[in-house]
Amino acid sequence: METSKPPEPVGATETEVSDEHNSPIRVLIAKPGLDGHDRGAKVLVRALRDAGFEVVYTGLFQTPDMIASAALQEDVQVIGLSILSGAHMELFPRIMDALHERGLRDVLVVAGGTIPKTDIPRIRALGVAEVFGPGTRLATIVDYIRKNAPRPAALW
Amino acid sequence: MVTADEVLLRLQGTDRRVLPRLATLVENGDADGLEALDALFPFTGGAHIVGVTGPPGAGKSSLVAALLGHIRARDRRVAVIAVDPSSPLTGGAVLGDRIRMMNRYADDGVFVRSMASRGRQGGLAWATAGLVHLLDAVGYPLILIETVGTGQDGTDIASLADTVVVVEAPGLGDGVQAIKSGLLEVGDIVVINKADQPGADDAQRHIRASFDLAHPSHGRTVPILPTVAITESGILELLVAIDDHDAWLTESGQRSVRRERGARAEVLSGLRAVLDRRLESGTGRSPELAALIERVARRDLSPRRAVNALALALDSPAIGGTVGD
Repeated sequence: METSKPPEPVGATETEVSDEHNSPIRVLIAKPGLDGHDRGAKVLVRALRDAGFEVVYTGLFQTPDMIASAALQEDVQVIGLSILSGAHMELFPRIMDALHERGLRDVLVVAGGTIPKTDIPRIRALGVAEVFGPGTRLATIVDYIRKNAPRPAALW
Repeated sequence: MVTADEVLLRLQGTDRRVLPRLATLVENGDADGLEALDALFPFTGGAHIVGVTGPPGAGKSSLVAALLGHIRARDRRVAVIAVDPSSPLTGGAVLGDRIRMMNRYADDGVFVRSMASRGRQGGLAWATAGLVHLLDAVGYPLILIETVGTGQDGTDIASLADTVVVVEAPGLGDGVQAIKSGLLEVGDIVVINKADQPGADDAQRHIRASFDLAHPSHGRTVPILPTVAITESGILELLVAIDDHDAWLTESGQRSVRRERGARAEVLSGLRAVLDRRLESGTGRSPELAALIERVARRDLSPRRAVNALALALDSPAIGGTVGD
């Protein structure tokens, strides 16, 4: 049955497709801090699932240590931070520190939510690769992750 | 070839990423990961492996989260493998079991790993057993496996776990549901979660009665414990029952019986997977099969006869080559 196969990325070679089938991209979607607005995060979780990713969702009210610890244990290739509380400039540096403390330097970190454009250069300087503001198309985020997620690391 | 010493050296080093990364390689069927697992296998067998299974929404994750609190309060190290279903359409998955375990995230004595079922039915992922072996080999004394929500079927956990905890909730059926074969049969401990909800006493009575209709297995009565996971009521009793079952497995000699049964199930399921792949790449692409399928579709040949014809081909060494790699 054709529908039982994972969607094939446009232009992918046969090896890439079978690779994606054996090792789906693992993504952590986290809601840092005191922020109860999770509709956007849930919509994104669902969209990433439908794109064939394995999405670990942390739920609300996560501390930087909780997020970094989850990312470490789950060995995700991508972390998405969803924040609508305005506390991103407080929390993002601490999250990046918590990740770096655990050696998680090659994880692709992206952010989304109500983040003023003027803050974006400083957020990028922390090591957050991309900021997706309100109105971003889901397909844009999916494509970005598919293009930029690092491969699962080899051990030796 | 990688040696056990090399793998253990890496795992015992300061880089905390080694274990989770090895888990990913095992999960993805990566050759290096599987070889490392082979090298580690002699070091497995020390852990008490506890399966937590039951229908969706019965409270498995909340129960595991509550158990973690009591386990850590006793300063015991513990690993959790939480399996959630993959989409049959896209292969994607939402792994949401951590949500309820989040209070324990940052504790180094707890290792929680979410897994997607990746197309396997029966409540587990293909690589769950491999991940259990890995966590066992690195020395976690207690490993909890939370299955995909399963109802009357999905008893694969029974051949992987030493102790199976079946989680039920009120309002899921009557006394006849409870005597049907399936999940309850494989329970070493039955939990009626949400015991503060209406119908909990009925559920407990139905299940008790269904067990009373049969002889106790190996002279052991299955405890049926009421819990309320979110208030942690009954959780200590559950942990005691889990430890008691662990002791009983040793005293009764049932542990070695179960481990042999588990080994058999794991080897056979691996062999089936190999045969499946060979069928797909060999016979599955053969013109003979296409021709037979076309005849079945035209109602010219019954499916059973088509299968017989193909099975005959598998037995014959001359044609059996198409089944090979």
